[in-house]
Amino acid sequence: MKELICIVCPRGCHLRVDEEEDYRVTGNSCPRGAEYGKNELLHPVRVLTSTVRLEGSAFRRCPVKTRQPIAKELMLRAAKTLDAVTVTAPVRCGDVVLSDLLGTGVDVVATKDFPKTER
Amino acid sequence: MDYELIVIGGGPAGLAAAYAAWEKGLRRILILERDRELGGILNQCIHNGFGLHRFKEELTGPEYAGRYIEMLKATGVEAKTDTMVLQITQDKCVSFLNPIDGYRTVRAGAVILAMGCRERTRGAISIPGARCSGIFTAGTAQRFLNIEGYLVGKRVVILGSGDIGLIMARRMTLEGAKVLACVELMPYSGGLNRNIVQCLRDYDIPLYLSHTVTDIVGKQRLERVTISAVDADRRPIPGTEQSFDCDTLLLSVGLVPENELSRQMDVEMDRRTNGPVVYENMETGVEGVFACGNVVHVHDLVDFVSEESSRAGEAAARYILEGETAKEPLLTVENGSAVSYTVPQRIRPAGVDRNVKLFFRVNRVFGKAVILVRSGETQIACFKREHMAPGEMESVILPKTMLPQGGVLTVSAEEVEA
Ligand SMILES: Cc1cc2nc3c(=O)[nH]c(=O)nc-3n(C[C@H](O)[C@H](O)[C@H](O)COP(=O)(O)OP(=O)(O)OC[C@H]3O[C@@H](n4cnc5c(N)ncnc54)[C@H](O)[C@@H]3O)c2cc1C
Ligand code: SF4
Repeated sequence: MKELICIVCPRGCHLRVDEEEDYRVTGNSCPRGAEYGKNELLHPVRVLTSTVRLEGSAFRRCPVKTRQPIAKELMLRAAKTLDAVTVTAPVRCGDVVLSDLLGTGVDVVATKDFPKTER
Repeated sequence: MDYELIVIGGGPAGLAAAYAAWEKGLRRILILERDRELGGILNQCIHNGFGLHRFKEELTGPEYAGRYIEMLKATGVEAKTDTMVLQITQDKCVSFLNPIDGYRTVRAGAVILAMGCRERTRGAISIPGARCSGIFTAGTAQRFLNIEGYLVGKRVVILGSGDIGLIMARRMTLEGAKVLACVELMPYSGGLNRNIVQCLRDYDIPLYLSHTVTDIVGKQRLERVTISAVDADRRPIPGTEQSFDCDTLLLSVGLVPENELSRQMDVEMDRRTNGPVVYENMETGVEGVFACGNVVHVHDLVDFVSEESSRAGEAAARYILEGETAKEPLLTVENGSAVSYTVPQRIRPAGVDRNVKLFFRVNRVFGKAVILVRSGETQIACFKREHMAPGEMESVILPKTMLPQGGVLTVSAEEVEA
């Protein structure tokens, strides 16, 4: 039996996951908690958020996120990969700034609009 | 009258309030924002976890703000950025300054205060030690990193376990800094549990509860921070010192509502929240002046800011279109045991639509507990909770039919035996 705090939503339910019984989850207030509890023990994943360099705008950094969660152990390497990425305005929220991050099949997308402007 | 409604501040609170007022029929609405863009503090909160209540989706801060900015674009709400509001008078003349209009005063039918909050600084909590560089509030470091693109240091200690500090522990780690410790004076964290898990534990960053910073060493840049355990009265215990070689200390020691404008116009303030006293519809003690978001009380979730601010926007529209709310009868809401504040502080049953939502915080950690609402000595409602902590804002909903016609309501939290 493992005790976890669900991080899917701010409620932060205290979960108990039973490895002996097919990772049955108790203490969750909704189905997403059950899914999280099982995943967290089998293959934990997280959404990565960061920024990339931005050209052609009054702003210098464009915030980004992975469109889907990626394996937790990839977080540091993934963040480092983004150091080499530059985008140029205009940028629309949802634009892909890097596809197939580290071979995961997951795209990194912009999370904010930037019209083209002078710096 | 130049505008029906002027909203001071273009963060999530101001945006939601202006949008709701437009939806309810106001047509001459102006938002004044001192920053170069709308969105408030959300622009620097690039992490996700916003909007699960409001949009049923997990959004980042900029995405959440972007949704409201898009919604507003489809309306005729006017917004001026780079515009600093300098004064508001009781008869709702708003004076502001910007590079295009210069200094101008405009008159409004109603005003909504949505100026947000700012961070407590080192001065406000008086830490001992050297006055060297390398000491930042967590929000300032967040702005430097996420908006300007500068990492403020490489070896970091964080004082305070508020959400912004926790989020920055992860963010700086991902950018290559080493976060050595997060140090919290209280025996519990000030941030959300989910942030302890995904920002500290995921990266093996130790959290020292019941500890504080007792010395800071550094000639020009910070060189070393010493921390000590504290006793039950929060006094450092000699002999428990440990030191960290570091170049950066981040302070995440709380937020204070930004109320210079409110005070200047003599809005009645609440000493518990450091924000204006508000009625059920977010109206302040000055008729036709409303307040919402972090300027009223510090929220940990932007979803609740939007919800509260929509109510303020709707109420401002009603005030302009239908006139003022009947002042009697009047209920006052007070702290019961283990509750540190309530918002609203006053309720006019005449202003309540179907129900009223009471926000509050408890002053210690609870397991299984009940929230009791009493009118005088009589208990009128009881709500069960599995877990409560000061870091997490609580709320209860009281139906209009349950409200007594005057007197005092108290809200208290009590343990229940397991
Ligand atoms: C540094 C920091 C980080 C935060 N991180 C998180 C987080 O990660 N997750 C979360 O859920 N919540 C976070 N919060 C809480 C967050 O602030 C609220 O959830 C929400 O953003 C509050 O909205 P608001 O509109 O009340 O305030 P704000 O977003 O602060 O907006 C207030 C706006 O008013 C403007 N303003 C103030 N005074 C004037 C004036 N005189 N003239 C013109 N304009 C003025 C300001 O420039 C600002 O844009 C954070 C708060 C801070 C301070
Ligand atoms: S179990 Fe559901 S309600 Fe509880 S924290 Fe997880 S997602 Fe939120």
